[in-house]
Amino acid sequence: MNELVASFSGRAFRIGRRIFSRPRIDLPLAIGLLVLALIGLTVLYSASNLDRSMVLGQAARFVAGALLLLAVSRIPPTLLRAWTPWFYLLSSFLLIVLMVLGEGRGAERWLDLGVIRFQPSELMKLAMPMMVAWYLHPRPLPPRWRDIIAVGVLIGIPAILVGKQPDLGTALLIAASGLFVLFLAGLQWWKIGAMLAGITAVAPIAWHFMHDYQRERVMTFLHPENDPLGTGWHIIQSMIAVGSGGVLGKGFNQGTQSKLEFLPEHTTDFIFAVLGEEFGLVGVLALLVVYAFIVGRCLWIAANARDTYSRLVAGSFGLAFMVYVIVNGGMISGLLPVVGVPLPLVSYGGTSAITLLTGFGVVMSIHAHRKWTP
Amino acid sequence: MNGRSELPDERAKRARFGRRALAGFAIMLVMLLGVAGRFVYLQIFEHTEYSTRAKANRVRLKHLPPPRGLVYDREGRLLADNVPAFRLDVIPDKVKHMDDMLQRLSAIVPLTQDDIQRFKQSLKQHRAFEQVPLKFRMTESDRDRFAINQWQFPGVSIDPYLTRNYPYGDEFAHVIGYVGRIDEKEQQRLDPDRYAGTTHIGKTGLEKEYENLLHGTPGYELVEVNANQRPLRVLQRVAAKPGKNLYLTIDERLQKAAIAALGGQTGAAVAIDPRNGNVLAMVTIPSFDPNLFVNGISQADYSALLEDPEKPLLNRAMRGGYPPGSTVKPFLGLGGLELGLRKATDTVMSTGTWYIPGSSRGYRDDVRYGSGRVDLVQAITQSVNTYFYSLAYQMGIQRFDGWMAKFGFGSPTGIDLPDETGGVLPSPEWKRKTFKQPWYPGETVIAGIGQGYWMVTPLQLAHALATLSGGGLSHTPHLLAATSDGLKAPEVAYPQPPPVQITHDPADLAAVRQGMLGVVYSPLGTAYQAGVGKDFPYLIAGKTGTAERYSRTTNAYNTNKNLEYLAERHRAWFICYAPADHPQIAIAVALEHGAWGGSAAAPIARKMLNQWLADTPPSERPPVPVTAIATQSGAQGPSTP
Repeated sequence: MNELVASFSGRAFRIGRRIFSRPRIDLPLAIGLLVLALIGLTVLYSASNLDRSMVLGQAARFVAGALLLLAVSRIPPTLLRAWTPWFYLLSSFLLIVLMVLGEGRGAERWLDLGVIRFQPSELMKLAMPMMVAWYLHPRPLPPRWRDIIAVGVLIGIPAILVGKQPDLGTALLIAASGLFVLFLAGLQWWKIGAMLAGITAVAPIAWHFMHDYQRERVMTFLHPENDPLGTGWHIIQSMIAVGSGGVLGKGFNQGTQSKLEFLPEHTTDFIFAVLGEEFGLVGVLALLVVYAFIVGRCLWIAANARDTYSRLVAGSFGLAFMVYVIVNGGMISGLLPVVGVPLPLVSYGGTSAITLLTGFGVVMSIHAHRKWTP
Repeated sequence: MNGRSELPDERAKRARFGRRALAGFAIMLVMLLGVAGRFVYLQIFEHTEYSTRAKANRVRLKHLPPPRGLVYDREGRLLADNVPAFRLDVIPDKVKHMDDMLQRLSAIVPLTQDDIQRFKQSLKQHRAFEQVPLKFRMTESDRDRFAINQWQFPGVSIDPYLTRNYPYGDEFAHVIGYVGRIDEKEQQRLDPDRYAGTTHIGKTGLEKEYENLLHGTPGYELVEVNANQRPLRVLQRVAAKPGKNLYLTIDERLQKAAIAALGGQTGAAVAIDPRNGNVLAMVTIPSFDPNLFVNGISQADYSALLEDPEKPLLNRAMRGGYPPGSTVKPFLGLGGLELGLRKATDTVMSTGTWYIPGSSRGYRDDVRYGSGRVDLVQAITQSVNTYFYSLAYQMGIQRFDGWMAKFGFGSPTGIDLPDETGGVLPSPEWKRKTFKQPWYPGETVIAGIGQGYWMVTPLQLAHALATLSGGGLSHTPHLLAATSDGLKAPEVAYPQPPPVQITHDPADLAAVRQGMLGVVYSPLGTAYQAGVGKDFPYLIAGKTGTAERYSRTTNAYNTNKNLEYLAERHRAWFICYAPADHPQIAIAVALEHGAWGGSAAAPIARKMLNQWLADTPPSERPPVPVTAIATQSGAQGPSTP
């Protein structure tokens, strides 16, 4: 018995040592992520009204995510590629399960597995680009129309499932991460133009199928002053927070907008506004530079990857990551509608942070295995 | 996969991917720069604007309405008070569906139709983020019930406030008046800064007259609030300056005594200190409870007051117009002397009927066959009509009016109360204007006994008597003696216009006084039977008056001694002052349904005199307020005791 335990723990230890002894991670990307996580925890500390347990909880998730990152980075991309369809099917399955028996806070986004509660849609954010890359990988590029249609189905099913939750913002982001793969796969510009034209034509029909609250959000976005206490309140208060921050900000923990609860959701979706209010334009630009650096590094890794699948996954993941930032930044500054997209690795929330770090684990793996032949 | 065979292709793929990745990164960077540009715009160019809005967000200006000044009688009894109460306030901004909210709320706190109507009216007068009062003076149980359910009603809160209270109720309703909620018309003319946060304003009486003194200056608080408008801390506070306290000339005990003496008979009584014009009592019967009006009178209560045949809302003391009847005789008699038409010793023969020379129309005396030959003193004592018929005729209506106007007849006395009426002093011009008819000499004759178109208010008559008794020195009657900025602050005398001397010869006044003493003390005097002067430590000079409401049409009048019948036809007056040798109080009592001035009205005046002079020894009475001394200096008048 003791021997069994000893041998088991011994094996586990050896596997662990193999994974962690010589981490083959990209140091610049890792530093970028570390800086981002520290910024995130700092802003969260203020946004949560100096709630230590909240910050420690988030830090614990970062640690869990970092461990996952290290673990995934050891897995060769070929293996990841082989697992991709299963990962995609699992994510889709969870979305369906969620739709059948999901429990939610208004919107059904959370799946409770007893031990952990998480959002399958966050999982799909990672599974989607991997799946499209998996599909396009053995096929001639630039993609042909039939491949585009097949990819459209692969993107469409989960996007609709998420959109039905209803979480329009995440659905669009998931779709975007898939479409980035098409883009990176060299889809001809004229085809991109044709697709954009098609989407424009379909938009009125989509409007027809939208939920009232989604339409309301779009309408409020267009005319926030019309509803200063309803949905428009969020945008107005967020813009006040950002604008009143000025160049240098009001200082750590000095933001009146978040401290006095004018700013809604100030630890999650609107945490960027807290940063804008307390650290000013300087803080905002610094954060954007960190993001741009991380994304640039992802694309650099992608460009140096050894096969199509790796390139597409790393590239589309980087671009999607950037889109999250742009959508969140646009949302809190009143450029885009309030769609409920967190600021990656800064907003409070477990699933998002862990999934994103896992995604970066994939990127690290691609980086680590760039010179290896399968 | 067969990676090896695709190797030549691999370089091209990599290059193509590189271009795409670069293009994608470039697009993303452009978009990111767009977001960054937006932040630059918000944080640099719009910074001032949003800073202001952030401050406005968290800082609420809370108006602190000033506590209204208190009102005291001359001995410091509190006549108008502020008491803490609770009201329900609504911030319209925070209520999504007002009608729905009101409906749900009315299930918890009873809201009358009046409440809701007033609330909706005042909604228009306030800005959307200002508190609008919905219900005043909440009961304790309403408050408790609402507190439990408050979470269901964002934007609705219970707030403490001070409400006006009149501890003496109907005793001073016609003097102090009442405050009420500011209505739309008032809102438009009020200074919004001075009345920020104030919900009530003086509507009638002294509350209206001295609104400027009573109101005070509002303060404010800059309060930091959170998004739920919950106040977190006070950033700055400027306290409100309370309104001035008013100290009145009126005496609560005398007022009460007068009310008791009137015993519910419809009428009025006014007492004035002849030395200075201080109004000591001003009573109107019936009265009403002014507290009903403060927080909005209910429709039922208001209808009841309006439909009462005795009109309790009518301030008879200064708005009730009655023919003065024989009470004008002392004034007319004095006029005869002052204008040099007669001497005090001149006599007139009373035979029961008097004729205008060359006319056959007869004017009657009250005594069927006349009183014989009477001088001025006897004419006043016995109220001999003939003496005054002939005097008025001799004087002529122009001089008559000119003389009477000096005593304040025909125009408001100028008392410090709003909406006083001036009665009617008939003149040919007035008649031409009003009725488009010429003046007949007979109208001059009956004016001599206070009949015809004459209308005086009890206040006017009291004021005229105060002038007569006070050595012909006319003080504007007033209720406000002094003001102060708080209980501990010194009282500051309220300035009064200087008095006017309207008579020349003290001997003339003495003759008239002799006649008025006769009214009370001579067995022939019209008030002698009533025993007005009996067992009173000071001399009382008086005059009765009985004015007819209808003209005589039958001879039944002369024989009918049924008092109820007479009361139906008469208005009874009694005017008097005492002590006659150094007057301290002049009183006019009017009864709308009195049979005779001597029997019905005189005892009431006597009870007031008891209260003022006999029951309370003068030594215990508070001294005359400084006002009187201040304003009398320089004026010529009889020495004041």
